[in-house]
Amino acid sequence: MKAKIVITPKKAVLDPQGKTVQNALEHMGYAGVTGVHVGKYLEIDLAAGTDRAAAEKALHEACHRFLSNPVIEDYRLEVVD
Amino acid sequence: MHFAILQFPASNCDQDCVHAVRVLGHTASYVWHKDTSLGAADAVIVPGGFSYGDYLRCGAIARFSPVMQAVKSYADQGGLVLGICNGFQILCEAGLLPGALIRNRDLQFHCEQVHLKTANGETPFTRRTPAGRLLRIPIAHGEGCYFADAETLTKLQANRQILWQYCDSDGGLTEKANPNGSVLNIAGIANERFNVAGLMPHPDRASESLLGSEDGRFIFESMVESFLQRGTPVAA
Repeated sequence: MKAKIVITPKKAVLDPQGKTVQNALEHMGYAGVTGVHVGKYLEIDLAAGTDRAAAEKALHEACHRFLSNPVIEDYRLEVVD
Repeated sequence: MHFAILQFPASNCDQDCVHAVRVLGHTASYVWHKDTSLGAADAVIVPGGFSYGDYLRCGAIARFSPVMQAVKSYADQGGLVLGICNGFQILCEAGLLPGALIRNRDLQFHCEQVHLKTANGETPFTRRTPAGRLLRIPIAHGEGCYFADAETLTKLQANRQILWQYCDSDGGLTEKANPNGSVLNIAGIANERFNVAGLMPHPDRASESLLGSEDGRFIFESMVESFLQRGTPVAA
């Protein structure tokens, strides 16, 4: 079992990395790109036999408290077998 | 007056802070991040550096170090806490200050002297700065862009919690004078009670003429004056 977490900057937050990557893509000739947002991806390995619901609850709390900063980031979480 | 200077793994300005305090004629001691007591501290400084390698986010891991519980209690009781650079980042991550510090807008690490305008001269961190006097203080950071949402910014402005802003040599709050894209040119802020403050520039590197500026002294001297007038010791 593992958790897949994607953390992205909130829309209201300036994302100069995203903008820089977008500019680079355009210069490389990739047309039609209207935006790029650079985030983080985390994979968390969970012990076999872990209760899925409990794990999701704990992971949401971990995301909110620590893995993401709610002031500047959004996250989404998926637990997969 | 005795200052407690925190040390996290990869803090690297702790010695500068201890030195600056001693140069001013006061005493300072190190407090390791795993300690649960601040000792006999009259004020706490959270120094600059790259605690925990800036892994995950700057200050994100340091804020959970055992010593931060003691810092939170200390702040709750009204104790003076100053966060410098990574220290400012740690205090924001810990929720002791609002907002967050993100990557500099131009994605460059900026190591340079800046001018600071004191936006509120009546706090424990600014009261000794002469009115109208701009501070010349160095910055050295890659993630110093201050961000807070509109609601938080409105509150900060209404309460006069913005303490320092980047400005040009004439005191103008221009975009050119803003090294990192911080909203409202914010270089440093205080909490609602004005006992906790954080700033990205390094007053610890501007307390001796040898280093090019002594303007950082005003900030430390403000804390000293505020503490000496207080009278009531805060349990550490």
